[in-house]
Amino acid sequence: MNLGPHAAFIVTAYVAALVIVAALIGWVVLDRRSLSRMLDEFEAQGITRRAQRVSEEQ
Amino acid sequence: MPMTTTSLIDLANPSRFLALVNRLSSWLAAATVLAFAVGVFGVYLAPDDYQQGATVKIMFIHVPAAWLGLFAWVLMSIAALGTLVWRHPLADVAAKAAAPLGAAFTLMCLITGSLWGRPMWGTYWVWDARLTSELVLFLMYLGVIALWQTIDEPTRAARIVAVLTLVGAVNIPIIKFSVDWWNTLHQPASVLRVGGSTIHPTILMPLIAMLVAFTLLFLTLHLAAMRNEIMRRRIRSLLMLQASATAGA
Repeated sequence: MNLGPHAAFIVTAYVAALVIVAALIGWVVLDRRSLSRMLDEFEAQGITRRAQRVSEEQ
Repeated sequence: MPMTTTSLIDLANPSRFLALVNRLSSWLAAATVLAFAVGVFGVYLAPDDYQQGATVKIMFIHVPAAWLGLFAWVLMSIAALGTLVWRHPLADVAAKAAAPLGAAFTLMCLITGSLWGRPMWGTYWVWDARLTSELVLFLMYLGVIALWQTIDEPTRAARIVAVLTLVGAVNIPIIKFSVDWWNTLHQPASVLRVGGSTIHPTILMPLIAMLVAFTLLFLTLHLAAMRNEIMRRRIRSLLMLQASATAGA
């Protein structure tokens, strides 16, 4: 593919778009991983919303 | 009760919404990858423009990014109504999850637009109505994100952000019609316009394919970010539960 005399502008635009999309995907994936780990830690300590409802009913 | 109303009420339950997201997300991600494969192949085959040459290829990412920057704010405005009028439990979750995505796509629009402008207009930036109103949109996204981060209590933050979002929605028609209302260096509307698109089908078809691909990417990321926000709120309530248990002991 011949991108002509302005190839640097075209390639930079596509690289910038790729970096932004990769950053968004990375943000969502890493955030989920960290939140899941925190929820697992709470569950391991026996602190769950179900436990809260049970203790409120008793 | 009509089926659609029942379904909307069902989705107001975050657990049911999470179950739906878990079922949908892999299908949406697969559809996104497939749509991008088709779109990128179309971009590869698309001919150069008779005036702009190969730089027209920047349009295939610039226009979808601009569309999603506007779409995210419209989505946030509908969610703001959901927060203020109907008090739907997922409305502010949807708004909060959309803001960083809207900011990222608006930034992509500004960067790719500048890189397209330099060889075509001879400048990276000019303070004309379209470019300036797009920059204002980006700054508004940053303001909304900062507000979400500043106010700790999600329900209070949601109401304040909802008002700001609805006020900011006035910028959306300004961006869209800026090229018609003022003399701008930016070209007039060529995709969505009265009388049909002015773009040749050999370039329009790959552009539509990329618009579909980017929109699917947005939906995939938005649902994933909404799931994360629901988890974050669960953690917040568990932390408060833990704190109150510690204080009571």
